[in-house]
This record gives sequence, structure tokens and C-alpha cells, in this order.
Amino acid sequence: MKLSLWRRYSFPASHRLFRQEWSEQENERIFGKCANPYSHGHNYALEVGVTGPVDPATGMIANLADLDGFVQQKVLDAFDHAYMNEQIPEFRKCVPTTENVCRVIFQRLAGFSYARIEGVRIEETGKNSFEYAAPSNS
Amino acid sequence: MIRVTRKLEFSAAHFYHNPDFSAEENRRVFGKCNNPHGHGHNYVLEVTVAGEPDPKTGMVLDLKELKEILDREVTQRMDHRHLNYEVPELTGKIPTCEEIAMVLWRILEPKIHQGHLDRIRLYESPDLFVDCTAEPSKDAR
Repeated sequence: MKLSLWRRYSFPASHRLFRQEWSEQENERIFGKCANPYSHGHNYALEVGVTGPVDPATGMIANLADLDGFVQQKVLDAFDHAYMNEQIPEFRKCVPTTENVCRVIFQRLAGFSYARIEGVRIEETGKNSFEYAAPSNS
Repeated sequence: MIRVTRKLEFSAAHFYHNPDFSAEENRRVFGKCNNPHGHGHNYVLEVTVAGEPDPKTGMVLDLKELKEILDREVTQRMDHRHLNYEVPELTGKIPTCEEIAMVLWRILEPKIHQGHLDRIRLYESPDLFVDCTAEPSKDAR
């Protein structure tokens, strides 16, 4: 039996999908409305999964207070109400698609010391969701 | 392989307290959940069974039978109960989402005879859930 604990958070943020080195037409062709120069935003729902042994003294894989504090400090403090292209340094070099947001958030959370981060799942809207799963040997 | 999922809800009370901890440590580790008067949740359980559909019936398993198993083993055991006092399988454990999910897995796994139990997902609230899955077999690693 394998157990993982998942916690759900949310943050509104804005982004624009475009590549500086591409022409305006090329950006529009690839990214469509998402290339709008004024940017646009979403209410992102973020799910973070952790896995590891359950401590018999507490019944927990990880204390939610520790996980919540870590996610707040590493992710939500930076992402909540941010324009990701400008205010999240990782997106100076890559496009803030939700695929990349998943990967960046996973990397930011990788140092959690109480349990292994199993995956990061993000709903960009009620219709689109993306998941980054930890490599099986990490 | 096909996965079939059945969902059910149960409402129950619990609190977290480890008798080996001091009162102060219980409060520090468990926070509000340490309130000895208890509090409750509307738990949502998703039970997933995996297998090949029977060619005659087109079913992995008879959902009616799964519903009966879940009524008997989960609803009757946990719905409108106090998990610290009324569920013998949780005696001596802190009734966290993790522990409840493990107890439910151990109860349900041997009861599923058509297909096999693939996953149980237990929501304590919409923003907290636990997934319990079969350990991958050694061959699969």
C-alpha cells in the first residue's frame, strides 16, 4: 500500500504567453489570445502531493502546518496576485504556460524536509488541468 | 484494464490527541484538531476497482455489489460516528485522513473479488485528501 497526502491551495495571477525572439504574428499564431500584450489572468488552483511513511505518533505523513507554511513561503508569497512573466524570476527565460508553472512550483517545493513531494497539479481554469509527477527515483 | 470508481460520503467526528505527549505538545502538534470536544467533517470516499470487463456482462464488477460492500463496510462503520471512540480499527491510532484511508484500504481490499482494489481517495474536505494505492509489484519497478 502506498499513501500520498494532497493539499489544495489557490492563487490568482496573470501571465502572457509570448517569446521575445518571435514576431508579433508568430506569437499570435502559436499562442492565440494568450499572447495579448496586456496579459490576462486566472484563478489557479494548486494541488501539492507529498508521500512518505506515516508517523505513528501523529498519524501524519507531514504536519499540514509545516506543509502549508512551506508552500506559502516558497510559492504563494511570490505567485499570489503576481504578473508571472515579470515577477517570477524563473519565467524570464521560459514561457509561463501552466505546464511550466507546474514544473517551477515543483522545483521550488523540492526542498521540503518532512516528506517527499509526489507531484504538483494545477487547474488553470475549471476546464484545463496540468500535473507534474516526481520522477520515480527522486 | 478498466478502472471503475464509486463515490460515497460519510459524516463523522474526531479529534487528535496522543496520550504520550504533554498537553502543551498535543496543542503544538495538532493545533485546533486537539480540541477534546471533537469536531467533524463530511468525508468523501472514492473507491476505484481495476480489472478487465467480463465479456458476458461487460462489467469489471457488479456496481450493486460494490455499493452493498461500501454500505456495510464504510457507511455502517463510520457514518455519524465518533472515529476516536466507535471504530475499533482506529483504536490506538490518531484518526487522521492518512490513518482512516489505510484502515479503509485494509478493510476493503480483501472484500473485492471481481477486479482488484486500485485506489481509494479520501477527502476530509475539498482542500485535503489522501490517495491510497497498491504498492507497485517488484516486477513493475
